[in-house]
Amino acid sequence: MINFAQTFIDALSLGSLYALAALGIGLLFGILRLINFAYGDLITLGAYALIIPSTEAVATLFIGGWPWFMVIIAVAVIVVAAALLSDLLVFRHIRRADPATLMIASFAVSFVIQNVILMFYGSRPKSVDLWSNLNYQIAVGGLRIPLLQIVTILATLVLMGGLTLLLKRTALGIQMRAAAEDFRMARYLGVRGNLVIGLAFAISGVLAAVASLLLLSQTGTLSQTMGVPLMLFAFIATVVGGMGSLIGAATGGFAVAFASVFLQAYLPDDLRPFRDSFVFGIVILMLLFRPAGLVPTKALVERV
Amino acid sequence: MTDTAQSRFLRAALPVLALLLGVTVITALVALLGNDEMALTVTEALVRLIVVVGLSVFIGNSGVVSFGHIGFMCIAAYAAAWATCNPMWKQLMLTGLPVFLQQAQYPFWVAVAGGAVLAAVVALLFGAVILRLSGIAASIATFAFLAIVNNVYSNWDSVTAGVSSIIGIPTVVGPWTGLAFALGAIVLAFWFKNSRFGLMLRSTRDDPVAARASGVSIVRVRLAAFVLSAFIVGIGGALYVQFLGVATVDMFYLQLTFITLAMLIIGGMGSVTGAIVGVFAVTVFVEFFRFLEAGVPMGESVLALPEGSQEIALGIGMALILIFRPKGLTGSRELRLPGLGSSRRAMAPALPTTGATARS
Repeated sequence: MINFAQTFIDALSLGSLYALAALGIGLLFGILRLINFAYGDLITLGAYALIIPSTEAVATLFIGGWPWFMVIIAVAVIVVAAALLSDLLVFRHIRRADPATLMIASFAVSFVIQNVILMFYGSRPKSVDLWSNLNYQIAVGGLRIPLLQIVTILATLVLMGGLTLLLKRTALGIQMRAAAEDFRMARYLGVRGNLVIGLAFAISGVLAAVASLLLLSQTGTLSQTMGVPLMLFAFIATVVGGMGSLIGAATGGFAVAFASVFLQAYLPDDLRPFRDSFVFGIVILMLLFRPAGLVPTKALVERV
Repeated sequence: MTDTAQSRFLRAALPVLALLLGVTVITALVALLGNDEMALTVTEALVRLIVVVGLSVFIGNSGVVSFGHIGFMCIAAYAAAWATCNPMWKQLMLTGLPVFLQQAQYPFWVAVAGGAVLAAVVALLFGAVILRLSGIAASIATFAFLAIVNNVYSNWDSVTAGVSSIIGIPTVVGPWTGLAFALGAIVLAFWFKNSRFGLMLRSTRDDPVAARASGVSIVRVRLAAFVLSAFIVGIGGALYVQFLGVATVDMFYLQLTFITLAMLIIGGMGSVTGAIVGVFAVTVFVEFFRFLEAGVPMGESVLALPEGSQEIALGIGMALILIFRPKGLTGSRELRLPGLGSSRRAMAPALPTTGATARS
């Protein structure tokens, strides 16, 4: 029972991280039909922004040494700027291209960001001590819960709550939802397309920034491709949850995390290394048998 | 020119021959006049040409972008590595291999054929499952396939040596072997494109409803192209390891997927000519930046671009192509020779899905 509860909490905190990232990807897909591969690199960028650019092996904290709320704001500003820049320079010019072309364009953006990081920071992984006191474990009953897991879950709840308020209660949020339902119709009704899209990029940037801080405090290591696995799982989470639906993206994040944590815990030893294959296999099965995802949206019948 | 069967064949065949000749001349010039390093570069480019032509057989004719073909390359590459690497090493490191692979060392031909056939068989099984999905859903499924292949080959230690390399593969592939297979791949791609299946597949790309109404089974014609393209890509994979002498899982993942797709898109997704032009353009481009990264003496000082600029330039170049020339450098048209009249038969209409099609 203890074992099960421990696994459950692990899955919950991993699911929070996936859900955060999946929301960022789902938001853009809903409005733009863009599967943003560069999202993982925005996460990487957020983490690298904490240290002074240098190709030396030892990392020196820069923004990372500031008080925690300043760190969050500064990293968010940097990542949002990068996300908006990627829209301004690339995605804005191919708005009408089909999803596969957009996905390839995001591949190109991803490739550029990764190598810009390589150019300024060198290719060696660096260890960084960000908020390591969060790894302190709290004992509850027989459980040992790292503080970081609680922080991750709370941060996700706060951001999801904020996002829900923004989307339901503000005029801009309502415009965004309208754009996600039917972009062309929304524009006919006076929604400013580029404003809404810019806002979507900005929000996805904020989510990426928080995800990168949580990821870095968990792993403590910077590398050029650190954001890629998180992006991949978040991406499949949006597919599992239902592309284009935000509730779907969050649900998918938790579903994928629960699947992988429980597979890790209960698969036979021989098969455990192949856990990710099972998770990706589930994605293919979802596409085949429930293409609308766990939480289907009305507007997306022909989308995926 | 009278419109006999012979002259029709000639009109269709001449541009293909011109392309084959072009590839041969470039290869011969570099291999005969260049240094050893240039011979290596041209061999690698030819292997990539095979892979990109293989990609274009499926992507170009069906209009469905596959992110998974490098997975087929990986499967064939490992099969070739199992067949050809030193038996002593295999018995020591790859204890899970079946005895017939573990004990013997097979010749080059067997390795290439075995690898390509294995890739084609996997493509047949996987394609039969996923090709009924449409558009982006199929693309996502191929991506999941790539991730699964990477995960399995990274962790199946007793057969693939995990994330470490398989070494001791005889390096028998040089520019001439690469050239021979590349020419074969180009001929195969043109043959398929203008075959019955190719025409049916292109009709499903241009107008799926009309194609279905005319009795074309979308899944069947897509599957045929998928298997053939996996076979060609598989040949590329089997040659690649016998060119490098080592096989590592991470050689066959996102980076190579990106570069090969970049080549296809830069050249033009919808035509075999585009695949060839794309490989040539990207290779020249990358080599030029590699040269600048190595440093150029400018008077007293040496001007060198920092590490990574080659990749950044490639990424920017690709974004520019997507923005300004979405049908690629060739406009996704096949090579047209002047003075041959309008041979519409060999002329594919430009791929509609790559361009600025309106959102539905």
